[in-house]
Amino acid sequence: MKSSGILVTAKKGLPVLRAPFQRQSPCRLFARAASSSASETSASATTIIITSRTHLARPRVLSSSSTTTTTTRPLVPVQSCRSYASAPAAAGSESLKKTALYDLHVEHGAKIVPFGGFYMPVQYSGLSVTASHHFTRSHASLFDVGHMVQHRFEGPGATAFLQRITPAGLESLGVNSSTLSALLLPGTGGIVDDTIITKLGEDSFYVVTNAACRDKDLAYLGEQLGLWEKEGRPPVSHKVLEGRGLIALQGPLSEQILEQVLADPKGTDLHGLFFGQSRSATLKLLDGREVSDILVSRGGYTGEDGFEISIPEEHTVAVTEALLRSAGPERLQLAGLGARDSLRLEAGMCLYGHDLSEDVTPVEGALGWIVGRERRSETDVSKGAFHGASVILSQLTPKSKGGAGVERRRVGLIVEGAPAREGAEIQDASSGAKVGVVTSGCPSPTLGKNIAMGYVKDGLHKAGTELQVSIRGRPRKAVVTKMPFVPSKYWKGNA
Amino acid sequence: MASIARCLRAARPSTLSRLAQVPRTRYNWQPATLRAFSASPIRDIRKYTKDHEWIDLNAEKTAGVIGISEYAAEELGDVVYVELPEEGKEVSAGDTIGAVESVKSAADINAPIACKVTSVNLGLEEKPGTINQVPEDDSHGGGWIVKVQVGEQGVKDFDALMTLEEYKAFTGSEEH
Repeated sequence: MKSSGILVTAKKGLPVLRAPFQRQSPCRLFARAASSSASETSASATTIIITSRTHLARPRVLSSSSTTTTTTRPLVPVQSCRSYASAPAAAGSESLKKTALYDLHVEHGAKIVPFGGFYMPVQYSGLSVTASHHFTRSHASLFDVGHMVQHRFEGPGATAFLQRITPAGLESLGVNSSTLSALLLPGTGGIVDDTIITKLGEDSFYVVTNAACRDKDLAYLGEQLGLWEKEGRPPVSHKVLEGRGLIALQGPLSEQILEQVLADPKGTDLHGLFFGQSRSATLKLLDGREVSDILVSRGGYTGEDGFEISIPEEHTVAVTEALLRSAGPERLQLAGLGARDSLRLEAGMCLYGHDLSEDVTPVEGALGWIVGRERRSETDVSKGAFHGASVILSQLTPKSKGGAGVERRRVGLIVEGAPAREGAEIQDASSGAKVGVVTSGCPSPTLGKNIAMGYVKDGLHKAGTELQVSIRGRPRKAVVTKMPFVPSKYWKGNA
Repeated sequence: MASIARCLRAARPSTLSRLAQVPRTRYNWQPATLRAFSASPIRDIRKYTKDHEWIDLNAEKTAGVIGISEYAAEELGDVVYVELPEEGKEVSAGDTIGAVESVKSAADINAPIACKVTSVNLGLEEKPGTINQVPEDDSHGGGWIVKVQVGEQGVKDFDALMTLEEYKAFTGSEEH
């Protein structure tokens, strides 16, 4: 089998780091669809500031979105595992970074793995991945997603710039609202990374991208910003918010747990904060001190109600401890990449590098809805269209209605017998001919069935279509199923 | 293999660590999970592979029982599915004879030696979690995977495998 790498051992609080790792994989999660990419990450701190004259006077609040990822490879014995992430990263151990919460993870008995250029917890002692998964759906879990890359885009050209590189309708997006989007390749419209964009104000955006895509995203952004400047467009400043903490509080008890640590529960009005909205908040720590400049965004990568919380670097540990202590272990547990992966799959969300890649457009990835309504006519990038608009817009109209349609589409599958994993071939049920491939799959702890997502030929994507998946050479019945597999429980007000 | 080896281990001591020379009483030592209920004679020899399978060979070196190690079971997490081979299947050392799946990953089970499958543990289809509870138990109700018939080549392959001490060193060495 291959050696893959898990790195650290935490034995009752005595962590041991191991050195050589060879592989790592990334993973991530999102608020509605997410992804991570198979790319390498070696993390270096970067701040790219491309344009000059920028106004930075905005409130320092960031918003967050979230996504995270996870992946790991090898927990397994014998051989092949696809585990959570997959991005082969060649990062040497010395380039792996730790999030602000690393020591806290170790204290809680985390099993640490390299993911997206960081040492990340995949699970914690005392709670198996399955138990952690169930706990998230019944109570609440706290995930460290501080490895994800948080960005700030500002300036008079910010909206137009982001509308060039993503299909989001940012002009119509409300202030303090977020949307799932995707960075797109010029020309083809392939997905460079998926991302969550939060509008903090006119021409001020908070953007979160995958850790595993860090290097390629920064290279892409640098290149695009360079072109933008060369064209003499209105200035945009881009900053990577290095070190800033990001945690995801997920599960039905999230609101009451977060409310307990708000400095001003009434003023913050968490109950009035709906899915996809953000708000800056002040939290109180265990010692009574208060921390402001916290951006709370309702959403996440599990399908449950919850929040993603972006925290100033120096307060990340204290805020996390305040949440854990005030909630208590019977209501809130730490959860790692393991549970995050099965939760996001049940929620039908993508993991970049697995379910999405540069070879896939949003329409093929069943993410046509991320193309903003007002973005559906212009195809000329110099006139405000997004990258790949001519390809993507024609794909939005199915062949049956005269459009270009797509050749393949991402679908959900429920597989009988064995769990289908990434790479398994999807076949026609009668002829056995290959019609697609699985990109993610696992036994669903909530449903007790084997769920998967993958790409199938256009026409076979309708719910109820019976196909088969070849698993270790044996055909297994698979039925195309609508996603999310487990109904989402987002708080949209007054349910 | 290396994969596993590199993994860490959760706080719970595995059978392997419990087997360590001086079992510590506070670990709630349970000999039953080791051998006492085993159907095989006490002279059976157990060896391990780098892929984390174990195999017991009977005193006559004609038959054996195969399973996955406690270390492997622990690394896998909650096993939710076990794929078993067909009875009568003949394999060489290293050939895949089945698979074990947990929520987070899938692992192949490879034959430690050349052998012929004579029976499979159907109980695992109903209760795959047995693998987490008693992975190294070769008795009825245990987490063993298959029983096999062994020939000359198999005996040769067997000699090359690791003893318990060697396996412990193998899994421990990547764990320091």
